[in-house]
Amino acid sequence: MNTMTPLLEIRGLHIDATLPNGSTAHLLQDISLTLARGQVLGLIGESGAGKSTLGLTALGAVRGGAYVRAGEVRLGGIDLLTGGPALLRDIRGRRVAYVAQSAASAFNPAFRLIDQVIETSVQRRLMSKADARRRAIELFAKLELPSPETFGEKFPHQASGGQLQRAMTAMAMCARPDLIVFDEPTTALDVTTQIEVILAMRQAIREEGMAGLYISHDLALVAQMADAIMVLRHGRMVETGSVKQVIEAPATEYTRQLIAARGLRHAVQPERPPLLEMRGVTAGYGNVNIVENLSLVVPEGRTLAVVGESGSGKSTLGKVICGLLPAKAGRLVFAGRPLEPDMHRRPLDDLRDIQIVHQNPDMALNPRQRVREIIGAPLGRFQGLSGAAREAAVAALLEQVELKPELADRRPGALSGGQKQRVCIARALAARPRLIVCDEVTSALDPLVADGVLKLLARLQAEEGVSYFFITHDFGAVEALADHVAVMRNGAIVATGPTAQVLQPPYHPYTEALIRAVPELRLGWLDAVIAARKTRSQDAFPDRRPS
Amino acid sequence: MSLSDATARPAAPSRLAGLPVALAALFCLACLVCVIGADWIAPYGEADLVAMPWQAPDLAHPLGTDQLGRDMLSRIIFGARTSIGLSLAIVTLAFAVGGALGLAAVTLGGWADAVISRIVDLFMALPPLVLALLALSVSGTSLVTLTLTAAFIASLRVFRLTRSLGIDIAARDFVDVARLRRDSTARIMWREILPNAAIPLISEFGLRFVFAFLFVASLSFLGLGVQPPMADWGGMVRENVGALNYGRLTPLVPAGFIALLAISVNLIGDWLVARRGGGR
Repeated sequence: MNTMTPLLEIRGLHIDATLPNGSTAHLLQDISLTLARGQVLGLIGESGAGKSTLGLTALGAVRGGAYVRAGEVRLGGIDLLTGGPALLRDIRGRRVAYVAQSAASAFNPAFRLIDQVIETSVQRRLMSKADARRRAIELFAKLELPSPETFGEKFPHQASGGQLQRAMTAMAMCARPDLIVFDEPTTALDVTTQIEVILAMRQAIREEGMAGLYISHDLALVAQMADAIMVLRHGRMVETGSVKQVIEAPATEYTRQLIAARGLRHAVQPERPPLLEMRGVTAGYGNVNIVENLSLVVPEGRTLAVVGESGSGKSTLGKVICGLLPAKAGRLVFAGRPLEPDMHRRPLDDLRDIQIVHQNPDMALNPRQRVREIIGAPLGRFQGLSGAAREAAVAALLEQVELKPELADRRPGALSGGQKQRVCIARALAARPRLIVCDEVTSALDPLVADGVLKLLARLQAEEGVSYFFITHDFGAVEALADHVAVMRNGAIVATGPTAQVLQPPYHPYTEALIRAVPELRLGWLDAVIAARKTRSQDAFPDRRPS
Repeated sequence: MSLSDATARPAAPSRLAGLPVALAALFCLACLVCVIGADWIAPYGEADLVAMPWQAPDLAHPLGTDQLGRDMLSRIIFGARTSIGLSLAIVTLAFAVGGALGLAAVTLGGWADAVISRIVDLFMALPPLVLALLALSVSGTSLVTLTLTAAFIASLRVFRLTRSLGIDIAARDFVDVARLRRDSTARIMWREILPNAAIPLISEFGLRFVFAFLFVASLSFLGLGVQPPMADWGGMVRENVGALNYGRLTPLVPAGFIALLAISVNLIGDWLVARRGGGR
């Protein structure tokens, strides 16, 4: 093969899709890129920017209903768009492979991992079964999976999310493809798990000398993984260049905004008396206690942020406060009065005073109701409003969350992610609550959209004096909003205090591990982490490491 | 995520894509007209002996005659009234009862769900035909008891389906939000859960409709369903089965109508589902 031709060459690519209502959507417009062997290109953009659509074209694939309007896609000089099904079948898996976002759903639960990892190589007769197994074990070791010799004998449910994501990388690499498309491979993982996975992936990519398309909405993360970056928005290319060039001297306003996102800082506020006190709370399901003997205070008109990895019991705590999951032991005190653990036994006033905003607005909004009904329901229940008065209150609330009143006629399906989350906030505000439990309200949103929601929450707190119980795993959000922080691990508080104190050195070791795992937007951050790990013989948290 | 090979624009959907649904709708409409106006449309009476048995189709009897010499076309028209009317009543009743119980079970949860579900399990453990025979032999074979029995049996499956659909929906956050503002159980059932389960329930309605049809036919076969001389499509197949021995295709006429109706109802159901599911 001619080494002068670039590995992947996309020229003037336009991809359209026919929507169910018959109209045409432009998914990609006039995209061109070249990728040399051994190079990693990061594709950045918010959801709907066309990153995944572009990544899929490198496999010669489009989502159902989409088609190529113009342009060409060449892999090693071969035209993928006119090659036909037989050519594509030959290319996929052998020359280009794919790592999906959710490895847990990408593996077949009925087969052992190693059999799935080597399947392509063996099926296509690229290697003998024994060779393929040796290769898989070598890759498991390279990806720092625990006991690589026997790891592959596990079934998918026996491995953790981070391990599965690495196993999927091994599956993609097994047949030694020239190019791997990584589609948000760590988005579903915790920060501490994510860093293990990106470390392993980066090393493996380097050692194997493969090229990659790395798709993510996290600029800081892509800056560590890629050699060059392409920023996409609404299906068009915004800018492209080397990582250094894009993050140090961005050429467009949009990229500058992306880089500046996460820069919000919350001013220190005077102390206020407690609104909600939890004393020795124990809660869980059946005989399993998720949180045990835990005490916390949420001050009036202030924000308490609770940070921790998934499974640490943060959301359980939110449910305990709402009364959805009655505490088994301990006391809740709200505004000086004891609070019933079970929502069914709380007076309506207590239900009104405590509202919740969920992580995923798609689950939190009834897709069959219009915004008018969604926001109107609490207005009717808690304020006794109906008819024109309710209508006016809905419009006022929409305005308060910076949405146009016309949106009242829409159903959630016709709203963007940020708009949906604002509707959820408006629904909570409709009750005129004193405390809002915010359960990971920004983690399903794109960075710029999340910033907007955080600003809105800060403004509403200043206007309405509402307190937030702010559950998150995102330290950027904590710094933007929180007066106090509690760091949770395995159902217990490991550190708590004013934000400035908890997030400044000297840290609690676990807090430090969490903070260090968040990718920073500077060149060479990951290399520094790798270097630091090599000098440290022992990790501070051996149980997070593969044993 | 469904993927396909990246190629140029796919062929535009044929203009005839909507044709089967249109034909199905036309057929259902014709059946509905028969249900309402059988007395005026049918050329002969339901039980009138007008010719020799098993006559071949001619101008006077476009679909021939049956085993007693009654006009097949007239009996198909009257049969539509019995069969479709009966099935519609059965399925509507089954969905009202089974659907409401299913929604109540998921919304109330806990012991209420357990009690209703175990009782339903108990009845589902019995073969439906045996259950029906028992009920009909105890209470006699009137159209009312027939409808109630068949509706009860169908409602068991409707309950199962509604409950399994509803459990997934009841676990979503917006139902928690409704509970947290103390919405009534009925309101949560109708406003929050049912609209989200409606699409699969609509397609199930079409399927159940056809099953109710066949169930009534099999009861008729045992002499416990529609009583002669009343015409119903399932019964007509049985009455005329003997014609096959004489090289006549008479029983295929009602059988063909049953098949046509089954296909039509399901085509329309699928179309509704595709339209509501894909539109938003």
